[in-house]
Amino acid sequence: MNAKDEILARVRMALRDVPTGEIEADAPIDWQYGQPVEVGDVLDIFAERVADYKAAVVRCSQAKVPEAIVQGLQAAKVTSVVVPPGLDDGWRQAITQSGMQLHVEQPEAPLTNTELNEIDAVVTAAAVGTAETGTIMLDHTADQGRRALTLVPDVHICVVRADQVVSGVPEAVARLKPAVLAGQPLTWISGGSATSDIELSRVEGVHGPRTLHVIIAE
Amino acid sequence: MSTDVSRGSRARHDAEPARRTPAPPAGDLIDSPRFQEAVKVALANQQQRANLRHATTTIRGKRARVVAELDNWQELRQAGEQIKTRVGRHMPDYLLQFEENFTKAGGVLHWARDAEEANRIVIDLVRQTGEDELVKVKSMVTQEIDMNEALEAAGIAAWETDLAELIVQLGHDRPSHILVPAIHRNRAEVREIFLEEMGRYGTPAPEGLDDEPAHLAAAARTHLRNKFMRAKVSTSGANFLVAETGSLVVVESEGNGRMCLTLPQTLISVVGIEKLVPTFDDLEVFLQLLPRSSTGERMNPYTSVWTGVTPGDGPQAIHLVLVDNGRTKALADPIGRAALRCIRCSACLNICPVYERAGGHAYGSVYPGPIGAILNPQLRGTASEVDRSLPFASSLCGACNEVCPVRIPISDLLVHERHKVVEAKKADPPHIPHTAEPQLIKAASWVMADHKHLEWAGLGTMMGSVVLGKMLGIEKFGAMPAPLSRWTSARDVPMLPEQTFRRWWKQNRGDQK
Amino acid sequence: MTATITRKGLKVALFATCANDLMFPQSPIATVELLERLGCRVEFPEEQTCCGQIFTNTGYYDEAMGSVKNYLKAFEKYEFIVGPSGSCVGSVRHQHEMLARRDAGDAIGDRVAAVAARTYDISEFIVDVLGITDVGAYFPHRVTYHPSCHSVRVAKVGDKPLQLLKAVRGITVLDLPNSEQCCGMGGTFSLKNPDMSMAMAGDKARNVASTGAEYLVAGDNLCLLNISGVLNRTRAGIKPIHLVEILARTEGGN
Repeated sequence: MNAKDEILARVRMALRDVPTGEIEADAPIDWQYGQPVEVGDVLDIFAERVADYKAAVVRCSQAKVPEAIVQGLQAAKVTSVVVPPGLDDGWRQAITQSGMQLHVEQPEAPLTNTELNEIDAVVTAAAVGTAETGTIMLDHTADQGRRALTLVPDVHICVVRADQVVSGVPEAVARLKPAVLAGQPLTWISGGSATSDIELSRVEGVHGPRTLHVIIAE
Repeated sequence: MSTDVSRGSRARHDAEPARRTPAPPAGDLIDSPRFQEAVKVALANQQQRANLRHATTTIRGKRARVVAELDNWQELRQAGEQIKTRVGRHMPDYLLQFEENFTKAGGVLHWARDAEEANRIVIDLVRQTGEDELVKVKSMVTQEIDMNEALEAAGIAAWETDLAELIVQLGHDRPSHILVPAIHRNRAEVREIFLEEMGRYGTPAPEGLDDEPAHLAAAARTHLRNKFMRAKVSTSGANFLVAETGSLVVVESEGNGRMCLTLPQTLISVVGIEKLVPTFDDLEVFLQLLPRSSTGERMNPYTSVWTGVTPGDGPQAIHLVLVDNGRTKALADPIGRAALRCIRCSACLNICPVYERAGGHAYGSVYPGPIGAILNPQLRGTASEVDRSLPFASSLCGACNEVCPVRIPISDLLVHERHKVVEAKKADPPHIPHTAEPQLIKAASWVMADHKHLEWAGLGTMMGSVVLGKMLGIEKFGAMPAPLSRWTSARDVPMLPEQTFRRWWKQNRGDQK
Repeated sequence: MTATITRKGLKVALFATCANDLMFPQSPIATVELLERLGCRVEFPEEQTCCGQIFTNTGYYDEAMGSVKNYLKAFEKYEFIVGPSGSCVGSVRHQHEMLARRDAGDAIGDRVAAVAARTYDISEFIVDVLGITDVGAYFPHRVTYHPSCHSVRVAKVGDKPLQLLKAVRGITVLDLPNSEQCCGMGGTFSLKNPDMSMAMAGDKARNVASTGAEYLVAGDNLCLLNISGVLNRTRAGIKPIHLVEILARTEGGN
């Protein structure tokens, strides 16, 4: 018997006391999925909780986003920036005009890991923001780019639109499901990379971007 | 091909080429001493006890604070229990559903009956890439199957990239905690390990490195950066497998996971069959339960979800090795199978007064603490001394039951595993060496089955105690002979009273009937 | 000064527990005196022996059945069964049914479950059944309270012992640091893992000593025995006392 058949046979043997079929009746789940959670003002809490992770948070109007991006990049003292191919044209132009070296990722000729490692910062949009946990969720579509883009550069400037922010994890999971069904990977980001591996004391900044700068566009 | 990964080939020979990665301590975990013996060493290690007390106290406080934020925590725990119970009871459906969706998305699924088969599959996959090294995301199951050593024996270097696992690997050490494998080390020890060992295996620690955790983390970042950039192959575990979509989920903090899951060309994930959840929606439950229970955060810094191969993004060769390695044995026990709900958060370790003082190494397994005391005998059986001792490595205080995010009745399962050990003792006494315990218990059971027996026993003990006390002119007992000496070596025990309650009742209320 | 008695004349069966019967008779005696003072009629079914948890928790299920059957025989005819031990009461309520069903099937299982459900720790009985928190006790001392693990996590008595304790006249109840952590007694755990048990008892004793209390109070005498064993050895001068013995004391009384 091959390994698959043998393991399945073992599992079935182990479960011979369990009635097959009728899964819902045999093992009910009472949970109500996808419910909003009570957090008060969703945007206020989102901003507060992102900041709890020691990430920078800026709230501004849609029109001010390009300016806020440039200010964020200047504050982080970066000289080179990579952006995904689908990033808003206005945002892109603002970066170019600020005099920083801009690289627009080309899917047909992507940067190597080493090349990407030479770039200071990345600017992207997001898919969902979650207030209760202060989490940014990426589904890596065109305005966020492939996963390595938001991982290797040390500074990540992420623009979240107000209408993308939901109350809690259940609503976020519901919003993200279509992307997963379409085969997209997801990255959930709660603050900059961190570790608590030494004496359980939290240290911000390990392998992922050490600076996370979130712009909430209202 | 399979022979070179067997345990035997790990014995050091002079002719053997030098190792690629730091050697762990000699010997197999399964040969560890009984828990109560191992504990003596741990209790004598004052540094480790201080480290553990500090760390577990910190994490307990963090967990309590973030759990208190959620009004529906108990409902979430119940949902976690129910979802995992559904998976456990209908595993064949979910395994096949997962296989279909994962394969459709371009993933290649491999099945492994045991550790040896899993390691052989991984070695073959790595060899097919032509590479001789890989970077690793922290994973319990790869610890369980001792994958690093199997790879080393096959000439493949596996580099741990989680900070704590790196500390353990560079320290020629073993993990002692599910979430924070180096919890037994403090900052000064970590600094020494980094200064001493990093240079031997890659980018050295910066000169003048101090013991500030932020600086130590920065040293790890620098040490591993080059390994991430050049790695062509990586391995991971997974926190969840989603049957409905064929997705894998990895929950982490440092970004080393994202590096391993994203940058290499080939990704090989090794995952236990119990990691399934039925639907993507179920993640809304577990991604609330897990971070709050494990690191005591509202959300861990990074969570990655991937579904097979994504063209133009991340590894283009995606493998998954699904591992049994004893899980179906655990599943076959209708009571014990509740332990397979475990999502490896380690809240039960952090709350456990025994773990806090013993540390993880005393459990002789990669799964320490209360959950390990159940899982190890379930997965490995009770043939070894250590596995027979583990169900007894608890005072049954029940603190773990209250924090478990999937409501595993840990104390009940410990008692259940004790019963299985006792049944094995009774069934095969010559095979399993033991004390006079079954006889003593049998005698005590006879006493307690009838109140007359209890009265006689009480009278005998009492008279003995009183006579002895009068003869010696003392009011309490200090040191006593074995087996009671185990108790009185550091405690004073009062003399037994001259009258039982039963006699008091007869004399004072006896006329009521 | 007397407490409100809502259910006067209630017939109560005392579950003394084997350890109290043999080693700590003052606790069941105090239970009798307290319940009588609160207007209950106390009976002591003499067939009773033990809850059996020493067998159950050591893995000897068959050997525990003698105790389970005996408990059923002794207490089945009573509506209220009350014991001065969260641990023994917890074992009856949490383990007897499982043992009985495993051993003898549903017939005895249902009966055992029913009698287990009518079993109360003294603190629960006074607060929940009698509806009293001020029992009219007087104890002019500084005390600290150790919530024994099985009383809190198996019998689930909650803060009822503390409610009763805080209503005692003259008493000062001092907070015990890290109070929820186990003292290391754990029945045969203290014999099977003596070094670990001692380490836990030592830490608990240090926390008790740090409160400056004159008395250490608990609802389980074996935990008190364990902790006070260390306190005595270290000459801390803190006396162990069962909760019910405080509740039984009145001004000008015993």
